[in-house]
Amino acid sequence: MEGCGIFENVKILEFGQIVAGPLISTYLADYGAEVIHVESKTRPDQYRLYPPFKDNKPGINRGFDFAIYSHNKYGITLNLRHPKGPEVAKQILKNWANVVTENFTPGVMKRQGLGYEELKKIKPDLIMLGTCNLGQTGPYAMHPGMGSHLTHLSGFTHLTGWPDRDPLILYGPYIDFIGVVYGAIALVGALEYRRRTGKGQYIDVAQIEGGIQFLGSTLLDYDVNGRIQERNGNRCDEAAPHGAFPCRGEDRWCVIAVFTDEEWKNLCKVMGEPEWTRDSKFSTLLGRKRNEEELERLIAGWTSKLIAEEVVAKLQSVGVESGVVKNPKEMYEDPHLNRYLWAEMEHREIGKYHLQLPSYKLSNVPPQLRMSGPLIGEHNEYVYRRLAGFSQQEYEQLQKEGVFE
Amino acid sequence: MTGREGMIACLLVHAHSEGDRIMEKKRKLLEDCRVLDFSNELGFLCGKILGDLGADVIKVEPPGGDPSRNIGPFYKDIPHPEKSLYWFAYNNNKRGITLNIETEDGRFILKRLAMSADILIESFAPGYMDTLGLGYSMLSQTTNEKIIMTSITPFGQEGPYKNYKASDIGIMAMSGCMYLVGDTDRPPVRTSIPVSYVWTGSYAALGTLMAFFHRQVTGRGQHVDVSAQASAAWSADTAPFYWEADGTMTKRVGNAIAGRSIHGAVMPAAYPCKDGYICWLIYGARAGGITNKEMVKWMEEKGISSEWLKTQDWDKFDPGPATQEDFDQLTKPVANFLGGLTKMEFLEEAVKRRIMGYPVSTAKDILENPQLRARGVWQKIEHSELGSTITYPGPWAKFSESSVGIQRRAPLIGEHNREIYVDELGMSDHELILLKQANII
Repeated sequence: MEGCGIFENVKILEFGQIVAGPLISTYLADYGAEVIHVESKTRPDQYRLYPPFKDNKPGINRGFDFAIYSHNKYGITLNLRHPKGPEVAKQILKNWANVVTENFTPGVMKRQGLGYEELKKIKPDLIMLGTCNLGQTGPYAMHPGMGSHLTHLSGFTHLTGWPDRDPLILYGPYIDFIGVVYGAIALVGALEYRRRTGKGQYIDVAQIEGGIQFLGSTLLDYDVNGRIQERNGNRCDEAAPHGAFPCRGEDRWCVIAVFTDEEWKNLCKVMGEPEWTRDSKFSTLLGRKRNEEELERLIAGWTSKLIAEEVVAKLQSVGVESGVVKNPKEMYEDPHLNRYLWAEMEHREIGKYHLQLPSYKLSNVPPQLRMSGPLIGEHNEYVYRRLAGFSQQEYEQLQKEGVFE
Repeated sequence: MTGREGMIACLLVHAHSEGDRIMEKKRKLLEDCRVLDFSNELGFLCGKILGDLGADVIKVEPPGGDPSRNIGPFYKDIPHPEKSLYWFAYNNNKRGITLNIETEDGRFILKRLAMSADILIESFAPGYMDTLGLGYSMLSQTTNEKIIMTSITPFGQEGPYKNYKASDIGIMAMSGCMYLVGDTDRPPVRTSIPVSYVWTGSYAALGTLMAFFHRQVTGRGQHVDVSAQASAAWSADTAPFYWEADGTMTKRVGNAIAGRSIHGAVMPAAYPCKDGYICWLIYGARAGGITNKEMVKWMEEKGISSEWLKTQDWDKFDPGPATQEDFDQLTKPVANFLGGLTKMEFLEEAVKRRIMGYPVSTAKDILENPQLRARGVWQKIEHSELGSTITYPGPWAKFSESSVGIQRRAPLIGEHNREIYVDELGMSDHELILLKQANII
């Protein structure tokens, strides 16, 4: 793959599935890294089996999650449980790869004979990254779990929801994505280190450890002040009103946040200064905080007669923060999100669909849109023959023996 | 060792855990990388992560200090710009100077700093740096051809609402992720701490690091344009894909998991327990392995069972065809069982039995978590100005050849003015006094 990406000579052999492993290399693949995604027919990437499917018809090549999170990669099947499986993996490393990533439960790669110490013998400057929930070491290392669980253990759900209600789950394997960003940062850091020193290394990414970096002062507050912070709906100490308010239409909402008295005056003007806004109990932040519930009810009375876009346009034009609570459909329609995230791609079974790209633009290096998410085993012949250097005869023999099943 | 490294090595850190001691011996992932950080809350984590990796990050504040120093919580609950825990958490691994870039002298000094910098991070409104003659095209053409400038804004540098005001709640709303979270009978809800800023800062760090790596290879700098809205949108996970694939509009479901059963059956995500909540979810035999089976076995040992539970074949259990009644048959006794446990009792046993589930952690639970302690995640950082040490989450990954972690606490206001303006830029003491009096630093 020629081109002028950032990671032109970075060749990643990826053993992983779902989000936490694969998306790390996808981020690098978007900027030029070559990636081989390894799965097997007997144990395909679980994300191939998750909905949504094109037109809600299940099929191993019809899932959007895999097609999006593993785009720009070669897809091969290799059964690591076959006696010859690990040796074949090693040959791909020997003849092609210089980075290995994986997100199995700790210990799995080592049991297959594919641990870092073993692989380093083949490529002394190998960078290998393992990512899992709780890390490769420590008393809980071997405990299995999903992102949805780990988001609870790492403190996010306790801080999400209403003070009088249960904690709220965050959508999807929330924390996996935090682990992905820290994992990608770690990997690029290690690539820079190798460029400078010639040395590879092993990277142990524990998703929970990236996750708690996001909690920042919440953890310090407990350490220093003994305070356990609690969920607080949509409220914010230094603003009022600060929340989501109903608008005209089904399940339509806008957010409004007022931090200063000037913003409050402008909000009142936009609302047409009804009688209640002149009540002095609302004229200061302290007053608005003291009477926040009533304030929220009165604001909702105003917003519920309007469409969300109208509220937002009016308030933003006078410098008051407001935004539409966008739904999944609107995520595709938003001109700003389109600038960064969505890129159209053609997939052999899905047809036209949108890839999701990172949330930044680099002025000199556009993201590369080379391939949709691969069909299962789509690049077997190319990878084994051309990249790994197996002869036609060897390739056919391995196929016959079921190594690629 | 260069003078710069020497200064970094004269640490404010007290190494306590084993992790810290190892860290000191290892080389950093980034060396000879200087970052000027002009950002606000949207960008704090970006500079901090680059500092974690080994960059020499200089936080540049307006004279008198950054407004975000007024964000709580505060050390011992004393509201004071030198005691903001929010500032401490996201500005460690940075040195600090003050500079008023709205003055001619200030801009001149910025350019001198930029000559030796590799990266400049800013989060002003789009176009503001251009109006000062400090935008990317100006700086790269006149001052430092190889500089990387990272601009971090709510909606990016271009587009119809690039100038919209947006704090965390506005970013969360417009990103699409807020729509997915909340109780069904109440409005969509954000997480109560401003998580969109850290989603943004972390993506900004990744984009900046990619640009830096590119420059190391090619010698070319560039402008990195980061959108907070697009960063937070990544936390909406697959919800938009459902819309594109089959027209499903994913909605908030409260404290519950939906989408596991074709009948639309819903199960709780977190159950009340003796001292908080515990998350336990049903999985099919394929994804969940032994977790349902082990849970039911443990419940039986504690005398909680039912006919329905006893008659299930857990090796074949599939939530796909399950009805709400089936889920209720399972979740009611589970709720009863978990209600009698503490979070720690559940965690320890779940680890032993390989049951998939975790307590809903509070800050206290996280600081006491045995795994995080064993992994050496916590670093005690000395704050001599407070006569105290504070425990921080330090390393976020383990590297066999290198390390990440906290090397220095967040700077006081203008703490390194002399070090940088006099010792490094070569200004005289007299000039420093003049600049101070003119409110330039």
